[in-house]
Amino acid sequence: MFEYAPAPESRSVVDLKPSYGLFIDGKFVDPADGSSFKSINPASEEVLAEVAEGGAQDVDRAVRAARKAYEKVWGPMPGRDRAKYLFRIARIIQERSRELAVLESLDNGKPIRESRDVDLPLVAAHFFYYAGWADKLEYAGFGRRPTSQQSGTSPQPLGVAAQVIPWNFPLLMLAWKIAPALAAGNTVVLKPAETTPLTALLFAEICQQADLPAGVVNIVTGAGETGRALIEHDGVDKVAFTGSTDVGRAIARAVAGSRKKLTLELGGKAANIVFDDAPVDQAVEGIVNGIFFNQGHVCCAGSRLLIQESVAEQVLESLKRRMAQLRLGDPLDKNTDIGAINSAAQLSRIRELTEAGAAEGAQQWSPPCELPDRGFWFAPTIFTGVTQAHRIAREEIFGPVLSVLTFRTPAEAVEKANNTPYGLSAGIWTEKGSRILWMADRLRAGVVWANTFNKFDPTSPFGGYKESGYGREGGRHGLEAYLNV
Amino acid sequence: MTATATSARSDLSELGRSETALRTFLHGLPGVDQVGAEQRAAQLGTRSIKTTAKAEAIDLAIRMVDLTTLEGADTPGKVRALAAKALRPDPADPSCPHVGAVCVYPAMVPYVAEVLRGSAVHLASVATSFPSGQAPLEIKLADTRAAVEAGADEIDMVINRGAFLAGRYSEVYDEIVATKHACGDAHLKVILETGELATYDNVRRASWLAMLAGGDFIKTSTGKVPVAATLPVTLVMLEAVRDFRAATGRQVGVKPAGGIKTTKDAIKYLVMVNETVGPDWLHPDWFRFGASSLLNDLLMQRTKLTTGVYAGPDYFTLD
Repeated sequence: MFEYAPAPESRSVVDLKPSYGLFIDGKFVDPADGSSFKSINPASEEVLAEVAEGGAQDVDRAVRAARKAYEKVWGPMPGRDRAKYLFRIARIIQERSRELAVLESLDNGKPIRESRDVDLPLVAAHFFYYAGWADKLEYAGFGRRPTSQQSGTSPQPLGVAAQVIPWNFPLLMLAWKIAPALAAGNTVVLKPAETTPLTALLFAEICQQADLPAGVVNIVTGAGETGRALIEHDGVDKVAFTGSTDVGRAIARAVAGSRKKLTLELGGKAANIVFDDAPVDQAVEGIVNGIFFNQGHVCCAGSRLLIQESVAEQVLESLKRRMAQLRLGDPLDKNTDIGAINSAAQLSRIRELTEAGAAEGAQQWSPPCELPDRGFWFAPTIFTGVTQAHRIAREEIFGPVLSVLTFRTPAEAVEKANNTPYGLSAGIWTEKGSRILWMADRLRAGVVWANTFNKFDPTSPFGGYKESGYGREGGRHGLEAYLNV
Repeated sequence: MTATATSARSDLSELGRSETALRTFLHGLPGVDQVGAEQRAAQLGTRSIKTTAKAEAIDLAIRMVDLTTLEGADTPGKVRALAAKALRPDPADPSCPHVGAVCVYPAMVPYVAEVLRGSAVHLASVATSFPSGQAPLEIKLADTRAAVEAGADEIDMVINRGAFLAGRYSEVYDEIVATKHACGDAHLKVILETGELATYDNVRRASWLAMLAGGDFIKTSTGKVPVAATLPVTLVMLEAVRDFRAATGRQVGVKPAGGIKTTKDAIKYLVMVNETVGPDWLHPDWFRFGASSLLNDLLMQRTKLTTGVYAGPDYFTLD
């Protein structure tokens, strides 16, 4: 046997303060009513830091600061100068990427391999990419506006953006939100998720380090009520939300009839479709990456595996063999593949749905897998014998749980893949190029991956069909959500 | 399940009898997606092997080295020195294991045999008009028999890449069968020369072809063309031996050769073996490194782990 010795990434690179205030108008300030909450490490349940809980008064302060910065500094600033700040932020993120990756793994529970090799490179790439757009907005395809002396012919920003992000990719979702908003000339008030606020607060320090003008970026930490106060605030021109479909619906209702522009990136129940001529070994990697990447806490996760019935047995055998190699444990160990579930609440949701899956008659399987005593953990799991009628085939589990279904023909694969209220992503595995194109035309999903899965790039737009939301983030398309066009 | 496996086994042994059957089988193997295979190999390369795991890996890697010299300038003196090093890689440390084998040209086999006699180090010889394989079959077989008679117990043959790329699979198959026969009791390693096969689909097909024809090992490269062993090529070959054992019950070894120079590289290969085919292959009987300069780097890292300091290159023998 070849046992890998522990290879923990050092925590000492992160300098955590015992408590954090709200980042408003360029400074860390105490919340008006002094309340706070604790952010814990989901792998050990140890308290990492105490974080201020923003109330309505704090949100108001933040929005006012953002408004002032928008009107006096950031809005009138030429795009090439905004670009300088964004490039500077991108470079500082790269320089401090180890620190950010370790903190992300501590606060979120994701393996350091992923925060180091996926999250952080993408975060920096998003800032670099949108920095490049800041002085080229008139070429983004949304037209020019009549020349004015002050700001040329570029399309105009919207104003103050209220942004609420989830806990699954805390810093990456921050980058997806803040980079295009700032490039287009908006200022932002961002609320990170209550279980993962720490990298956003470190990002606030990076804004200070980059000398970003006060008020351009404001970070107000807190839970649902803080988010509601932010979204409902009168001074906000734009709302961007990534999270669950239920909350997304409530937000859409809240902003209906107002001037606020809205983009929503919500849940998913993506089909990962494997044909009989697929490159099997790579398809198995893609299935594993599709559902076990980031413990399955991925809105575009390939959580429904559709296998052509004629190769189902063979693919499942390979998949099980591969799953037995997954290493679950300390997120800071460089050899860990599967980290901790982000919170007790999410763990109980995963348990509830898997229990429903077993109760409804699907067969549950996990490789032998020892779970640590403390913290929130769930073994990588597949369900076979799943039908379209099962809850685990319809509801988003948002955990390391895969539902396996079979199909006979390409048309049946399309029908089953589309038979969901969601439509965020899909995957196709086949060696036949013409079939990939035929399928991609018919799949009602915002992203269709062919012979790969969970691939992200700042140049590529991302977003949903149906109840997975509307608007696109990333690429040239991602600018539209932050421009008055 | 057992019944299917048994019938699959007998079916596979029939394949070599017909060009059509062989072609249909080889072209019916699942494809390899290049991007995905390279991504998986790169991901395995990020494993962090430290402390005790590193020490174990280094000793295992030393035992897996086929210490190789394949130069026109090889002389009896040169190969004797190499064989002596194979037996005792680190003269300063008797706990250091010996390597897996010494690998030389057939003409050099007698000199190496003298040194290795009575030891557990194997004697491998390239044969079959290495490295191009572009000679008449009779000459290749004579080459093989000569090497075995001179004392080689492992033969590294090259496949006929020209025939393979032209789609004449039976010809390649028959040559391997004939060479295996000429080997007698000697183990046969079949060199695919993956750098010339170019695609991973070809690597998978050539791997199966070599195994079906009776090869005991499949080996990536001669080391004589610009592209030698790579991690993704080795991954595809490991998947092939894994699937072949599942289908036939026979285990075949894998030998990446050429371009593996550092301990870090060697450990990446061992991680790949561990996570692709498992511990059954983590043994010099089933996995080898064809290398020359790798050994000194392994020794240097080994000394660093045992003493805590790096010794200079002058402390390791050059042969």
